[in-house]
Amino acid sequence: MTRATRLDAAPPWSEVGEHAMSPTATHDEIARFNFLANFNKYMSNVVVAGNAVAYERRVAPHWRAQHGVDPANRREIRAAMSADAYYQLWSALRRSGMEMRQQAGRSLVLRQMQALRDRARELNAACAATLRLDNSIAIPPYQSELDNHCMPGSYYAEYIDDDVSAAANYDAGMFATTTGLFGRYLDGAGRGTAQWLSRSRPGWQPRRILDLGCGLGHNLLPLARAYPEAEVVGVDVAAPMLRYGHSRAVGMGLGRVIFQQANAERLPFEDASFDFIYSTMFLHETSHAALRNIFGEVRRLLAPGGVQLHLEQPPYRGMSDFEQFLRDWDCHYNNEPFWSALHETHLPTLLAEKGFAQADIFETEIHAIVEDEMPKVATAVEDFGRGGLWYACGAAA
Amino acid sequence: MNELDLQKLINAAASGKRPHFFGDHDVDRLLSIVWAMAAELAVTRERLDTVERLLAERALLDRAAIDAYRPDGAAAAERGQWQIEYLSRLLRVLQQEVDALRREER
Repeated sequence: MTRATRLDAAPPWSEVGEHAMSPTATHDEIARFNFLANFNKYMSNVVVAGNAVAYERRVAPHWRAQHGVDPANRREIRAAMSADAYYQLWSALRRSGMEMRQQAGRSLVLRQMQALRDRARELNAACAATLRLDNSIAIPPYQSELDNHCMPGSYYAEYIDDDVSAAANYDAGMFATTTGLFGRYLDGAGRGTAQWLSRSRPGWQPRRILDLGCGLGHNLLPLARAYPEAEVVGVDVAAPMLRYGHSRAVGMGLGRVIFQQANAERLPFEDASFDFIYSTMFLHETSHAALRNIFGEVRRLLAPGGVQLHLEQPPYRGMSDFEQFLRDWDCHYNNEPFWSALHETHLPTLLAEKGFAQADIFETEIHAIVEDEMPKVATAVEDFGRGGLWYACGAAA
Repeated sequence: MNELDLQKLINAAASGKRPHFFGDHDVDRLLSIVWAMAAELAVTRERLDTVERLLAERALLDRAAIDAYRPDGAAAAERGQWQIEYLSRLLRVLQQEVDALRREER
């Protein structure tokens, strides 16, 4: 008899890294995240695969019977699959899971939003010079038109003065959403980026580093640790993320990291003033026009000899129509309006249009680097968008 | 902010149209309730598991006492309040629908 294969369970939420801004969680709040993490893992390890079976066994044959040919692209596959009972149930469960993750995070964080805000105020006051808020920065339409990935209030809603709850919710829930694949402090992409930089440029010491759309700075801090002499700057439009991220960093002894409120399309920095500019899972939350503006700013800001790197989910080119269709789910049902377009955009071409030399433009893969005891990602197909492995595109100046 | 307002804020919907996947949209609503209930069942199961393990570790659990237990007034009131929060969590989708209708009225 062969031994039955056991599925790995998600790491419990009690494994999430503690820091000065961690909310106080009750047993049931932790248990709620534990259910959601295992639900996400079970969906991606077991349930999602049934969609391909349904497609091959009944959806595609039915389409062929009606049209005489296979569905021609991911849009036709979606049209065909939308009538399928399995896909409907998978989708409805997935959407419910997204909503429940928000509800679980908000019920943890909003009940203590005043206490979190007070703690952030205290920590931020200790290093006031490195938190640079600017209330003249407007939320761009590509952020304000829809609450991104179904986060009520998105990154920027403020329910009380100096609110940090949007960031605290994001921080608390991400461990469950990603089933620990980004690491205890959600910094797997930042650690992977720092490792990539140290390996591709051994001994190089960037003087100034810029993270675009840094959010709460989870992928910014690894760069600050890797380059202790560098000036490290994160920019974002959302004040709650910056307040919280700065206080979280101060609590970790990284009060030198600058959190600046700014729009990455129009940055308040001098030409050629950064050696390394990067972003992690940021570009897909912008728009066509913004993406071009952002790359234009990178061109302007990057110092001679500098380099940029942008981490994203892999582009659709080279993927089967069916895989494109599955990955596209977030665009249609998880408030990621620019998701499809970004994954169809040829980023190297866009960088070339901004004046980077063809020979200096490159594409690569970045793995999340996480604690030894945390689960690792082996393949790019993990959960179609939430795994710890990214496509990256960059260019040297 | 009173407790009920806080709970409504916690349950608020993200902006954007809520998608439906089933031919009968009522099935989408029902599934949302059922799945929230499944989560809460897992939460309860985990808590019970914790309690039983802790008590067993300390040789304090007499399983027959669980079946024999009857709450006093204070305990019953505390349980009642828990039920109210529980129901608000389960019926989130209804609150969101009414909130959206009210916004349309304005």
